[in-house]
Amino acid sequence: MADEILFELLHMEIVGHLQRSSQKDEQDQCIAKLESIGFRIGQSLAERFTRDCSRFKDELDTMKFVCKDFWNTVYKKQIDNLRTNHQGVYVLQDNRFRFLTHISSGKQYMEAAPKYLALPCGMIRGALANLGVNCVVTAEVSTMPACKFQIQIQRG
Amino acid sequence: MAVCVAVIAKENYPLFIKTIPTENELKFYYTVHTSLDVVEEKVSVVGKNNNELRELYLGLLYPTEDYKVYGYVTNTKVKFVIVVESSNTSLRDNEIRSMFRKLHNSYVDMLCNPFYTPGEPITSKTFENMVLSMM
Repeated sequence: MADEILFELLHMEIVGHLQRSSQKDEQDQCIAKLESIGFRIGQSLAERFTRDCSRFKDELDTMKFVCKDFWNTVYKKQIDNLRTNHQGVYVLQDNRFRFLTHISSGKQYMEAAPKYLALPCGMIRGALANLGVNCVVTAEVSTMPACKFQIQIQRG
Repeated sequence: MAVCVAVIAKENYPLFIKTIPTENELKFYYTVHTSLDVVEEKVSVVGKNNNELRELYLGLLYPTEDYKVYGYVTNTKVKFVIVVESSNTSLRDNEIRSMFRKLHNSYVDMLCNPFYTPGEPITSKTFENMVLSMM
């Protein structure tokens, strides 16, 4: 079984490589590319991890799956806080997000954080899309390594 | 042994259908298509269902005079349909369940192949060989 650090290091290298190899005016496309990489990963992961679960009853069930099973298997820990306004907006808070722990533990390097959160956002979006929930996922960081993922369900 | 195996996507279009070579393959396609209604019905029954009934294997969908149709739906709403001959009474429920489990495992493995985009028709030789071994 590979060590967890392998995935984190690989992810950091992917972000760095995409940044280095893109032209000056294509910098913002990096985040979009990372997000779509995450999307495809999330689709496959959702299929694999729900293989032995029973069927989900409703949207809340699917969100709970994301918070517990999905987060546990990918990041080896659980989400610290899940909030919802019961109208299709969910906020997932992780106080020690795996990908950010090695970067800093305060306000340093905050401008670089969005790039490292693009792939996880895409993974959540891909997993939910495959489970039948269309949504938009954004992330924000107030203090490293804590971060909040905001999931907005698209209805209609 | 199955007579026809089908994999149907979330949006209810076929990703993969394989039947034993007969003259009238179209009737199997039609049977699979009509079984989709029964799958929808089974999946959307709410209220009375408690957690123990929420499993992926749907069981016998409906029997015709020559064939029996079994269904299975994954959490990502991909449906597997297996048609077997009615005269084949030696096939027990457990065997059908294990056939579906093999199908599901192969499907998951195939999804992790970078050359496959979800939603495309299935062209993987490994998947096809696994299905052929069940027919």
